[in-house]
Amino acid sequence: MAEPRLIEIAPVTRVEGHGKVTVHMNADNQVEEARLHIVEFRGFERFIRGRLLWEVPVIVQRLCGICPVSHHLAAAKAMDMVMGVDVLPPTAEKMRRLMHYGQVMQSHVLHFFHLAAPDLLFGFDAPAAKRNVFEILKENPELGRRAVMMRKYGQEIIAATAGKKVHGTGAIPGGINRNLPIAKRDEFLKDIDTMTEWVQDAVKLAKDYTIEHIDLVNSFANFPSNYMSIVREDGALDLYNGNFRMKGADGNILLDQIPNKDYFNYVIEDVRSWSYMKFPYYKEMTPETGWYRVGPLARLNNVDFIDTPLANAALNELRAVTDGKPNTSSLGNHWARMIEVLHCVEMIKQLLEDPDLQGTDLVAKGDRRQVGIGVIEAPRGNLIHHYEVDEHDQVTYCNLIVSTTHNNEGMNRAVKDVAIKYLDGQAQITEGMLNHIEVAIRAYDPCLSCATHALGQMPLEVEIQDAEGKVIDSRRTGAA
Amino acid sequence: MSAISDTGTRRDTTFTFTIDGVEIRAQPGQTIMEAADDAGIYIPRLCDHEGLRHQGSCRVCTVKVGGRSVSACTQPANPGTNVESETPYLTKLRRDLVEMLFHEGNHLCPMCEASGNCELQAMAYRLDMTNPTKFPYLEPNRDLDASHPDIALDTNRCISCGRCIRASMDVDGKGLFGYVGRGIKRRVAVNGMDLAHTDAAVTDHAISAEVCPVGCIIRKREGFRIPIGEREFDKGLIGHEIEEKANA
Repeated sequence: MAEPRLIEIAPVTRVEGHGKVTVHMNADNQVEEARLHIVEFRGFERFIRGRLLWEVPVIVQRLCGICPVSHHLAAAKAMDMVMGVDVLPPTAEKMRRLMHYGQVMQSHVLHFFHLAAPDLLFGFDAPAAKRNVFEILKENPELGRRAVMMRKYGQEIIAATAGKKVHGTGAIPGGINRNLPIAKRDEFLKDIDTMTEWVQDAVKLAKDYTIEHIDLVNSFANFPSNYMSIVREDGALDLYNGNFRMKGADGNILLDQIPNKDYFNYVIEDVRSWSYMKFPYYKEMTPETGWYRVGPLARLNNVDFIDTPLANAALNELRAVTDGKPNTSSLGNHWARMIEVLHCVEMIKQLLEDPDLQGTDLVAKGDRRQVGIGVIEAPRGNLIHHYEVDEHDQVTYCNLIVSTTHNNEGMNRAVKDVAIKYLDGQAQITEGMLNHIEVAIRAYDPCLSCATHALGQMPLEVEIQDAEGKVIDSRRTGAA
Repeated sequence: MSAISDTGTRRDTTFTFTIDGVEIRAQPGQTIMEAADDAGIYIPRLCDHEGLRHQGSCRVCTVKVGGRSVSACTQPANPGTNVESETPYLTKLRRDLVEMLFHEGNHLCPMCEASGNCELQAMAYRLDMTNPTKFPYLEPNRDLDASHPDIALDTNRCISCGRCIRASMDVDGKGLFGYVGRGIKRRVAVNGMDLAHTDAAVTDHAISAEVCPVGCIIRKREGFRIPIGEREFDKGLIGHEIEEKANA
């Protein structure tokens, strides 16, 4: 009989942030427990206290260098509420939307081509040296070039709306600080049709992968859950604005059109000793039954339709795979992610053709309030920013629930599912087997630094512990 | 300038001196900095500001005249002298002074609404302060005074230039600001328990955007309204307006 073991994957790679996986194996080489630990320190909610309300969208976006725009906009929406502004001037709303679609586009493209595609194209247990974007560039230069250029397009949209590609200042409480000059608009319009064409190809790539590997997709971290996102009043996909909807595993709607400001009446966060990341769940249920998933696939499970034609057609193809029922897989996120990029480029085109982007009414005013809650669908899923601001304009309270936190339970279940399927009964654990666990985590495109609001670097590790909890093996990937 | 001579004819009283070998003309009573500004030669400065009395405290404008270090904002120009300004020694001295200002306070440019309009940040760029600095960060813990409905004071960002003190005293006639503490603990304070208990008004010259060179005096609800690309030092290095005179 073998000795009990603790396998540690540390750090998990090709994700944003620093985390590790531990797999507890007993003396019979069976997986007893598998967990994703987020071991970064969370600090932003504390040190934002005392700062001035208009600084908040600029400060909190420093949580992350990948999707700062999402935090910038969620915080700006919260501060709109504090400033008593419920309706932005059309130019401000549309400039912010343009920024957001550019952000979702670049982030999704980054994830699909740079982080996930090496697994999908070369195989989960391909040599580690092959599983990276440089190999994609070597083997399929045209695909690699498109990946870079599509991401660049999204980044340029961000720069034109926020002032910089990373950590800009565009959104201010009550509006925006710039409009889009005609010359800039024309630069983007020149390439938008090419982008649409390339993104359609990317959707096809993700779709073909899913269909060709349907047995794998259906058996790999595929389990039922609830799904949560904001949706437009008519049930359409809306990444920038909307009310909460939650669907059960059977597709029934549990909650619908819940105003953003009431989120805390429905969602509560569970704390567990082994992770800095909390576990949110639906308050009316238990942590065991009320957990839910967010993100591209959760959004597409949740919405009634997408109001841009190409993306909606693609959505219907995705739904056909599960006969219209919620798609419960993890790997299905990749296809959903590319459908969302298609929606983004369609929305970007619509917005670029809208003369409101050249308007000069940029900021609205209203009657001050003390509480601000901003909710947005970030690339990785639902993002909630909640603040209280005193009469001196200083923040007195902050709570941030980010997409990766919403997905905490889902990712842990994915880790356990894959660990049992691929490690159970194995005396020798190979790097390729462990990469299967990372593939499951990567499907959720987690941003571990956002989830714990950490500053600093972010790799991931996997640990194997014996029955007494002693670490007997570990794998660490990336820089410490 | 000219004066009437005994014979009733006007005589030219201007004189010349050199800065880094360039001959410039000055008028009697002008400081080295004033004459340099007129000639389109920029000498770095932080505590000096147009329209306010010269103070000579930040020492960033230090130049050498006859081998002696003097502050260009207070030292009168003298005929025939040779002033050294842009020498490696003086540039390093200025950069060290600016670095020490960064280390003495909490200057977090990424989250500061003055970024892009901040003279301290712009001076760091001009002086090529691009590497990690050698001094220890003091990381003071100073409270933000946001008690006033329209103004806030974040002395974490104060560089003790005293421009607000002179503006309030000499232009507004209020004496709103003054120094408290000694040595390293010296900083600007208001003449009341907090800003709400003073007669500060957002229309005061001392509160205006041009007086405070950093993000210490904050006009509420203005932050980040100027887009990146349109801020003062997005247009050029600090001093570019003076230097453009020479090219005009």
